Amino acid sequence: MDETVKNTKPQKRLKPSSDAFKQVREAKIGLIRKLIAKARIKSPWLLHFDCGSCNGCDIETLACLTPVYDIERFGIINVGNPKHADILLVTGTVNHRNKKVLKKLYDQMPDPKVVVAIGACALSGGIFRECDNVVGGVDRVIPVDVFVPGCPGKPEAIIDGVILGLQKFVQKQKGAKDGD
Amino acid sequence: MMLLYNILIIIAVLLLTPIAVGLILGIDRKITAKCQSRKGPPLLQPFFDLFKLFGKEHVITNRWQYFCTYIYLVSAQLAIVLLFLGADLLLIFFVQASCAVFLVIGAMAVPSPYSQIGAHRELLQVLTYEPLLILIIIGIYMTTGSFMVDAVFAVNRPLLYDLPLMIVVLGYVLTIKLRKSPFDIASSHHAHQEIVRGVHTEFAGGNFGIVELAHWYEIGLALCLCMLFWATSIWGALAVLAIAFFLEILVDNISARMTWSWMLFHVWLVGFTLAAINLIWLYMR
Repeated sequence: MDETVKNTKPQKRLKPSSDAFKQVREAKIGLIRKLIAKARIKSPWLLHFDCGSCNGCDIETLACLTPVYDIERFGIINVGNPKHADILLVTGTVNHRNKKVLKKLYDQMPDPKVVVAIGACALSGGIFRECDNVVGGVDRVIPVDVFVPGCPGKPEAIIDGVILGLQKFVQKQKGAKDGD
Repeated sequence: MMLLYNILIIIAVLLLTPIAVGLILGIDRKITAKCQSRKGPPLLQPFFDLFKLFGKEHVITNRWQYFCTYIYLVSAQLAIVLLFLGADLLLIFFVQASCAVFLVIGAMAVPSPYSQIGAHRELLQVLTYEPLLILIIIGIYMTTGSFMVDAVFAVNRPLLYDLPLMIVVLGYVLTIKLRKSPFDIASSHHAHQEIVRGVHTEFAGGNFGIVELAHWYEIGLALCLCMLFWATSIWGALAVLAIAFFLEILVDNISARMTWSWMLFHVWLVGFTLAAINLIWLYMR
């Protein structure tokens, strides 16, 4: 009689060291991870930094936020604050003056984050590449995930770049998981 | 049995409030987008935003910020739980005031000038609506003869018949609490610069998620106070809620952000006048 009771009880309540308990815990963590990963793709908040651009790319970037292109339908919001941003949009060439600002903005963004460089100048320095004061493309200062070409980049191309940036989030997540 | 019942109410309120408020905010963003002939984000967008924030790195500037964030969340939850347990309206008022103040202290714990200015503006907003809120509570007391929330349900006719001007005053409070134009002075949802994000500037990552969640509980409390004005039937309460919220969206879309001095002068002038007329009328009757 006593033996049967002993045999049935441990099955109801899982021991923290048992495999079944670990499986349940893994499943729960996996579910939360999936939920956050989905939310991350659905809610990218942008920070736009003009790194010495001629304003051509800036006008096109801000055009995305108007009702014509309405990027809020993807959950995208333009936040003017690195501490709330997930994606950093950079336009224009990097020079010795503003490279520190760019680095600081990047460092202030909480992980995970993605950088999208927009326009010929942000990609390589553009026509200003040979100037004394110019460092070159954005990737000389911070790691860039997506390059959007054009002079200036079209709003459609910028939206495509941001959506590509969202896929980078998934890749980064997978990378982090494998790393664990 | 009573204890079990109360615990069930507490759990239900803590779980259902964020769900309800998140959906209401989703509807808000959808309607606002439609007003501006845009498609707008999906209905569940506020939840995506919140979950994403929880999944981000916890970046804090100092430990005080962390402490204030959690006190803000807990006191916001406590205020709405007390309302559903039928507690004293004055107690709810004080808990709600402490929750508003802890957000300000959290923003002031950081040396950032944007955060500091935002904190001062938030304090002015609190200063603007708190006296009006207490006048509304006094109005409810003069109608029901008690400060208890349960007394509102004991009266058989809706509070709206006795406090018709007070609901307008509560509308002002709600606009400030929801951070809608023209009173989105301390922090705005449409913030393209740090100064406009104000009080929220220095909250980042998962910590900002907690601030957002606490704000949802605050909104829940303000909307429940609106529903209290037609507490006799659930449909009446929902109708008051729907009308109040639709007017909020309308006002948000047709007005621009104003200065804090305009807010203080305008809201106190109109709010105190309407509240005084209502209270005098209740007294003379």
